[in-house]
Amino acid sequence: MIVAEQKPLDEVYEFAKKYKKVLIMGCGTCVTVCMAGGEKEVGIVANQLRLKAKENGDDFVVDEHTITRQCDKEFFDEETARKIKAADAVVSMACGVGVQYSAEVFPDMLVYPGLNTKFFGTNVEQGVWAERCAGCGECVVGDFGGVCPISRCSKSIMNGPCGGSSDGTCEINPDVDCAWQLIYDRMDKLGKLDELEKNQPIKDWSTARDGGPRTVKRDDVKL
Amino acid sequence: MSDTELKSGSNLEKLLAKGEFVFTGELGPPKSADVELVKKKAEFLKGAVDAVNITDNQTAIVRMSSIAAGLIALQCGLEPVIQITCRDRNRLAMQADVLGAYALGLKNILCLSGDHQCFGNHPTAKNVYDIDSMQLISMLKQMRDDKKFACGDDIRQGKKGPVVEPKIFIGAAANPFGGPIAYRPIRLAKKVAAGADFIQTQCIYDMDRFKKWMQEVVKKGLHEKTAILAGITPLKSVRMAEYMRDNVAGMTVPDHLIERMKNAENPSEEGEKIAIEQVQEMKEIEGVKGVHFMAIEAEKTVKDFAKKAGLLPRPEV
Ligand code: SF4
Ligand code: SF4
Repeated sequence: MIVAEQKPLDEVYEFAKKYKKVLIMGCGTCVTVCMAGGEKEVGIVANQLRLKAKENGDDFVVDEHTITRQCDKEFFDEETARKIKAADAVVSMACGVGVQYSAEVFPDMLVYPGLNTKFFGTNVEQGVWAERCAGCGECVVGDFGGVCPISRCSKSIMNGPCGGSSDGTCEINPDVDCAWQLIYDRMDKLGKLDELEKNQPIKDWSTARDGGPRTVKRDDVKL
Repeated sequence: MSDTELKSGSNLEKLLAKGEFVFTGELGPPKSADVELVKKKAEFLKGAVDAVNITDNQTAIVRMSSIAAGLIALQCGLEPVIQITCRDRNRLAMQADVLGAYALGLKNILCLSGDHQCFGNHPTAKNVYDIDSMQLISMLKQMRDDKKFACGDDIRQGKKGPVVEPKIFIGAAANPFGGPIAYRPIRLAKKVAAGADFIQTQCIYDMDRFKKWMQEVVKKGLHEKTAILAGITPLKSVRMAEYMRDNVAGMTVPDHLIERMKNAENPSEEGEKIAIEQVQEMKEIEGVKGVHFMAIEAEKTVKDFAKKAGLLPRPEV
């Protein structure tokens, strides 16, 4: 899933107080799962904003609404359109994709991000999410025992580990696993250590963000 | 070996080819444009070492570029080993720098991953890591031996221009004690296969572990394909010994050394004595072709050390 975190309330408040009526719009997919911008969180943020406005004597109205997915046109139904149009501005509690897509669907509306979008990752334990993929455009984890060196090694080393790997952790922080220790351990377990003797050639980054904004076009599903 | 058989013709390469036990040092460029400081450090090192590594934004702290400082060192009569990290440049910048370095007469390059920028003075920087140190070694080898850029183009200006490839002596680093420990000799083998002509190791304190690692290296025949220079940094204090033991990846400083430092009247002298003993021991270890001496920010002590360790005068090429 796409993992995101809420922006500090003050930042959202500074934005919201400039308008008479603000809609806090949640998303029911990834950010609901990672507990950052689903219906529940929208309710909490809206209430916090209302409380703060009362304390500060600021006068604006906060409305709430959550849709299944902000990155998909079909979920912007009539009710959503009505709510958005009734507001002066929207705080989208979706990931960066949802924020932008909401603004694309409603080009006249000001849409402000309520979250900081972090990464593609997973929930590793209660309250902890960790990165697993950097969307490099050409997946190579098959060569590395299913562990991604691009996103999980701090230096994206394809022929690791660097000299900083120690006791299974990365040089940047003892709380961060060294991806190359994980790769080594997996390959060892799979009996494929000999594959790690091969030098991995220079990667083609043109399939990643470095190649410019990317699109996927598929004739087989085009109308 | 005649000059025509040499890969680069650098002094370091020639000395190794002659079978000399080489002694390399390190010169850290200043955190300023202070040319005089580079010259002063170079003066300290002249005649004391066979070649000197010029560090590249060491510990991710911005300093004078290694190529610029290397040129000054060269003009002062030293033979530089230019360090290049993968942190700050992509393949375009690296290849351009390699051509530039060679054009200036710099013939040795050491390929490094580089410390993560979070350790330095610009922790908010974006890092590059377009290629890794292994791929950098292969890229330099391809430039030198196949006379081709990473993209496959010939190293020449236009179709009719002469092919002028950078004849570089290629170095790499090795941390014998980093994790996973069992994989370290394999990774060294990868570096050798990629084209590393010489290897400088992380500084060594635990000689027993180092000897075991060297046995692995010799068993794989790697010592015949690359020149291994063992890293030595004298301990200056008990605190430094404990810091090294506790904070440097994989490093162990054996208890008996810490005890020696603790019991010493003058710990700094004791540290030097230990390092001198290490140099002698290194000479006896099969496959070790020299010592890389890292007197961190203490270039002025190197000559004195070399003298005490019986390493002077340095051999002529
Ligand atoms: S190799 Fe690329 S696509 Fe595959 S997990 Fe890593 S970043 Fe994602
Ligand atoms: S310690 Fe491991 S994860 Fe960290 S940069 Fe080095 S190889 Fe990558």
